[in-house]
Amino acid sequence: MPKLIKNGRVVADDWQLVLLAEGEAPADVAVPAGRTLVPLAVWQARRDELAARAESGELGVWLDAGEGPEDIADDVKRLAVIAVNFPKFTDGRGYSTATLLRTRYGYTGELRAIGDVLRDQFNYMTRSGFDALQPRADRYTDEQLAAAVANVSDFTQPYQASATHPQPLFRRVARPTQAQVKS
Amino acid sequence: MYQYDEYDQQLLDERVAQFRDQMRRHLAGELTDDEFRPVRLQNGLYIQRHAPMFRISVPYGHLASRQLRKLAHLARTYDRGYAHFTTRTNVQFNWSPLEVIPDMLAELATVQMHANQTSGNDIRNITADPFAGVAADEIVDPRPWAELLRQWATYNPEFAYLPRKFKIAVNGAIEDRVVLRVYDIGLDFKRDAAGNIGFRVLVGGGLGRTPILGEEIESFVPWQHLITYCEAILRVYNRYGRRDNIWKARIKILVKALGVEEFRWQVREEWAHAKDGPNTLTEAEVARVAAHFVDPQYEDLPADDKPHHHHIVENLAFAAWVKRNVRAHKKPGYASVTLSLKKTGIAPGDISADQMDLVADWADRFSFGEARMTHEQNVVLADVKLSDLYTLWQLASKAGLATPNIGLLTDIICCPGGDFCSLANAKSIPIAQAIQERFDDLDYLYDIGDIDINISGCMNSCGHHHVGHIGILGVDKNGEEWYQVTIGGTQGNDTALGKVIGPSFARAQMADVVEKLIETYIEHRHPDERFVDTVHRLGIEPFKQRVYGGEQHTQRKVANA
Ligand code: SF4
Repeated sequence: MPKLIKNGRVVADDWQLVLLAEGEAPADVAVPAGRTLVPLAVWQARRDELAARAESGELGVWLDAGEGPEDIADDVKRLAVIAVNFPKFTDGRGYSTATLLRTRYGYTGELRAIGDVLRDQFNYMTRSGFDALQPRADRYTDEQLAAAVANVSDFTQPYQASATHPQPLFRRVARPTQAQVKS
Repeated sequence: MYQYDEYDQQLLDERVAQFRDQMRRHLAGELTDDEFRPVRLQNGLYIQRHAPMFRISVPYGHLASRQLRKLAHLARTYDRGYAHFTTRTNVQFNWSPLEVIPDMLAELATVQMHANQTSGNDIRNITADPFAGVAADEIVDPRPWAELLRQWATYNPEFAYLPRKFKIAVNGAIEDRVVLRVYDIGLDFKRDAAGNIGFRVLVGGGLGRTPILGEEIESFVPWQHLITYCEAILRVYNRYGRRDNIWKARIKILVKALGVEEFRWQVREEWAHAKDGPNTLTEAEVARVAAHFVDPQYEDLPADDKPHHHHIVENLAFAAWVKRNVRAHKKPGYASVTLSLKKTGIAPGDISADQMDLVADWADRFSFGEARMTHEQNVVLADVKLSDLYTLWQLASKAGLATPNIGLLTDIICCPGGDFCSLANAKSIPIAQAIQERFDDLDYLYDIGDIDINISGCMNSCGHHHVGHIGILGVDKNGEEWYQVTIGGTQGNDTALGKVIGPSFARAQMADVVEKLIETYIEHRHPDERFVDTVHRLGIEPFKQRVYGGEQHTQRKVANA
């Protein structure tokens, strides 16, 4: 079973991912029973059909890198899981998507990073608002994944305001004055 | 200059630990080359021609004497006894083995230095006026603002994987000494009629393959919004900048594609959400940072120093150095000194470990313990008493750092090029040397006067050739090294891009080409006209005629082929 890092722990994960094959119409794709993440296009095309499952917490939506939070803004209250795909770990659009979902659209459910998710980006992903991190199933051994949990907190007191730190450092703590630093 | 508190230091130490583990995993085969690449780049580490190239950040060019000594120590211990100062006020080492980089980072961290985001598709080192705080034409000291931006940009979680690199420069004087219009964001600090501080925003500048000058998108944004406004620009760019083609990924392409009007509108719309939010700067925070940049304990001195004048009259060599390398200071009795890293025979911007130690000593003795790097690849001691100039000159002369050529033809801006850089099309250092050797007569150099020659070994334009009065660019023609020449480029308030004069040249022709360009200028110049002014008045035609003039050129080309 695939693994997920959630709240600083490695947990088993039974969510299934529905992919849209090239040329496949959102209306035609089979949405299996059980916990399922569907592509945005499927959600948009079949919202009425899927809404009840979403509200019961067993259906979520995943956004691809080019899909923005605006596309799902009206649904954030009824979705328990939103996932954002990183097609390549160097594609940083997902960080803005997550930031906006958390800080502008008020999304409070699980926000999951999927795709090319690496431990070296865990801290930035977490600070951008992801609370669930899912590297590809074959990327890390169990041992490596357990060790990777530590990377979530690579930086403990960052400068910036972000999803996890509503205030920037200069509002969060009383920083010493120049005179105090010098002495 | 800015001194770290426990929070700055903890973040930096955590970064060193993070990278040490990444290096360990990479060497153990747990982190593939592709996965390692962006994280090593964000720590300044390139894989280069001979060995890794390691690029250390010097935020807004400021160096304390102990930091210089640390660089000298690193040069001796891990490298080959010298370092290279770049046009972006970074320091580069070319010979350090991969495995020692974490140790070098740990050593740097002990003196509040790092290699944060000196490469990679992130927010790079922030550039500011090298004469900040001492220039007579300063309106707003740019350094506190540059430091506030540095903190926001450092380990910023949202903007570490941008479409492409992102460079910000800050100026606060009447004269633009950072070339604001060639930056992704150029911030021009000023005061409004009521004396309130704010900044003008230029966006979408950049050199490289498609050189574009930045355009103004705001004429005055109050200082409180520095972070929120920049964040809005970065977010629009991160979301909508092109990621499908590395040559079209800079923000300048997005701005061009959308048009400045539309881009401004998108930024404003994004900004409307963040404006007055938590990232809004507070007076207390600005005051905390600004307290690190107050004037040093200047003495009250007379504006004139008699012995200094005596030396000028008595000693022609000293007088020449004062004329070219010494700048007026806002405080009477003080001056700013530029130590030249452009001695003929040494690669422009290279400095030995011993020289770094000496500069550190002089900084302590004469200039409140600080030195500054310039984008022209020289070193400035900003606060030297007039009465100390003669002693400093004697010491600097002995150390090979007093070449009286600042702003002259031999003060060439030059990237490392094909001797070191794996991206290069052609070598650049030998071109600089050939030109320096050709123009070795100081009287002639003075007669030629102010001129910027900029050399880049490839279209990445690290030598800023587009804005050189004479710009030289290495190009590849069927595997051979050739050089394209532009003239008329300008830095400063009238920043302009140079125009290509014609087909490119072989390496052996380059000194001749520059000589002909200069001769043309000498023949046509009006009194008090600089080379670039003559080019702007006459256009490139007479220069072109002279350089390519008929048969002679063809023959030479064949002879040199
Ligand atoms: S301009 Fe090209 S050759 Fe020169 S340092 Fe930059 S990338 Fe290397």
